[in-house]
Amino acid sequence: MRRRIRARVSAAWWAALGAVGLPRSRWDALDRGVRRAVKAAVWVAISLVLVALFGVWRTSALAIAAIVLLLVVPRWSRLTVRGWHVGKWVAPLAVLALAASYPYYVNHMPEIPLFGPFPQLSTLVVMTVFTMMALGLNFVVGYAGLLDLGYVAFYAMGAYMAGWFASGQFAKQNVNIGAVGLYEGATGFHFSIWLVLVMAGIATAVVGVIIGLPTLRLRGDYLAIVTLGFGEILPQIARNGDHLFGTNFNLTNGTGGITPIDGPGFGNWLDQHFHLPANFLTAGNLDSVFLWTGLGLVLITVFCSARLRDSRIGRAWIAIREDETAAAAMGVPLMRTKTWSYATGAFFGGVAGAFYASYKSGAFPDDFFFQISVFILCMVILGGMGNIWGVIFGACFLTYLDREGLSNIGTQINDQFGITLDVPKYEFGIFGIIIVVVMLFRPEGLIPSSRRAAELHEGVHDEPLYDHEIAGA
Amino acid sequence: MPDELLRTEGLRKEFGGLVAVDDVDFTVPAGSIVSLIGPNGAGKTTFFNMLTGVYKPTAGRVHFNGEDMTGKPPHAFTQRGIGRTFQNIRLFQNMTALENVLVGMHVRLKGNLFEAIIRTPRVKREEVEARVRARELLEFSGLRRKDAEIGRNLSYGDQRRLEVARALATQPKLLLLDEPTAGMNPQETADFTSFVGRLREERGLSVLLIEHDMRVVMGVSDRVTVLDYGERIAEGTPKEIQQNERVIEAYLGKSAVSS
Repeated sequence: MRRRIRARVSAAWWAALGAVGLPRSRWDALDRGVRRAVKAAVWVAISLVLVALFGVWRTSALAIAAIVLLLVVPRWSRLTVRGWHVGKWVAPLAVLALAASYPYYVNHMPEIPLFGPFPQLSTLVVMTVFTMMALGLNFVVGYAGLLDLGYVAFYAMGAYMAGWFASGQFAKQNVNIGAVGLYEGATGFHFSIWLVLVMAGIATAVVGVIIGLPTLRLRGDYLAIVTLGFGEILPQIARNGDHLFGTNFNLTNGTGGITPIDGPGFGNWLDQHFHLPANFLTAGNLDSVFLWTGLGLVLITVFCSARLRDSRIGRAWIAIREDETAAAAMGVPLMRTKTWSYATGAFFGGVAGAFYASYKSGAFPDDFFFQISVFILCMVILGGMGNIWGVIFGACFLTYLDREGLSNIGTQINDQFGITLDVPKYEFGIFGIIIVVVMLFRPEGLIPSSRRAAELHEGVHDEPLYDHEIAGA
Repeated sequence: MPDELLRTEGLRKEFGGLVAVDDVDFTVPAGSIVSLIGPNGAGKTTFFNMLTGVYKPTAGRVHFNGEDMTGKPPHAFTQRGIGRTFQNIRLFQNMTALENVLVGMHVRLKGNLFEAIIRTPRVKREEVEARVRARELLEFSGLRRKDAEIGRNLSYGDQRRLEVARALATQPKLLLLDEPTAGMNPQETADFTSFVGRLREERGLSVLLIEHDMRVVMGVSDRVTVLDYGERIAEGTPKEIQQNERVIEAYLGKSAVSS
């Protein structure tokens, strides 16, 4: 259907252009570079007109147009310098530079039609957190093809690791390892957040292995249901952990959650000598430093994703996704390989959770609903399973909608039509519609990996050929 | 190395009440090409699946290269040196031919998760060598210049060849081929028959073959075993099998005797 619509639109378009004396043959005769430039310029012009019509006209709109043109028109991906293929780095670096310098230009941005103002800095910080989590889930769902509906458990685990090791939760202890921003006489474990991030990742990976060992023997739907169960169990423990097993041991402080949690920081010495912020939470540009830290963590995640995808273990993950039986027969140890994917995914979920807890200065059980698992899964599906760019896009877009986009759109709609509809209330309904539309028209996601696209259109071998009792080890 | 590369004792598989393989004793001598024939549903593929760890036998034992392998998982069989192909081709359809072969090398490579992230010199070297060897294998299997093709896009014959290349990448001592010439035309079949011969000559492999094409079976096999209703009804050289009354009755039919 999609193809037919496209063909008809394209025919109408060329007919209209032909009527004003620009037939298709003349267009096709043009040089490819010229055609690219014209196309890009037309799109930029259209978006500028839209900006002018619906929003505020500002010079920054022109600046955006210039940057878009500069990135789109030259064929950067072909660029090589002295045999090094530099071109493939242009787009990622440009995106990174734009994201990192966001604090400096966010206040000069025009309003986007329908979506309203550009997202705030704090939203960008949350985007980095969810990008990390979505990339983590991508190891499990995108690479190894295991449906995990309980990813929120890892997020919770990471957040509570920060709660335990960077707050006054355990008042009987008094340990301070490089923590910043403590008041006089603080009790409890106070580890430096940098250390806590690593600890949270490792602890969560261990939890991932513990959860994975019994569950990863299952296939498909069964695995999804069991992970769903674990995703419910861990937050329940968090909610009811103030009298752990009736022993009066307060592990999680129950529904109140653990707060405040120390912020990250580099300490006074580095502050004085290198102007690195001593304590993020008291820094004047709190959101900016968290954004930069978050970007750094995302970079590490992307790096690991890319490296692992092209390695022996990444090939084994993809082989398992394609055909588990054949993978086993080719010598891929199923249990071990799946558990590694689970642990890797859990690691990044844990780091993201700890980072977020430190940003919010608290870990609260109500943050770890099942919805979050679905939310993260939606990001992976929407963007494109198995594709790093796709997952990043999905995570940023859905986080934006969740935090600001929907309420902005809702306000605009209400203003236009004079109604009082609470759009964010229908959030998951809207996400549902988005996912259904994506599944119908582009099941591989918006920016798919080429492989995954083929699978979803052609299907894979999935007849089980296994004795379940020995399917692993 | 013992003379018998593979030995089964009283190997048995039941699916519910159905006895698919009924107490089969079977050996593959080192360096030989052995065929397993029998009518459809005789339990040949089930037997294969037990030899590669995909199925766990109900009773009986599997010994490979002097080691008791009964109940071990499939990757352990691969690791010890049993490579296989599948009756209905099971390539990694959306991976390139080269990647398919590289997956086959999984047990022979060492790089772990952390080394892959850091990309240590050892892993780098290993990956480069693996790619060189994978290309060699593709060429050996008649897939020269096909390394970047996606598995699904290869022709049927090439898919079969790629399956063999992938199995060879596991560096097997014993190669199990499940109806490798099914769907091939006579010319391809003849090529394949000589290819199996080359595997033994050039690579020193032993081969166990499930096959319906009697020209292939009689052409390359040293020994032939016949299964019917899960039971071994005959074992011997191709000549002996061709003259065996029970085999003729159960499987070959009268006309085969003259061919």
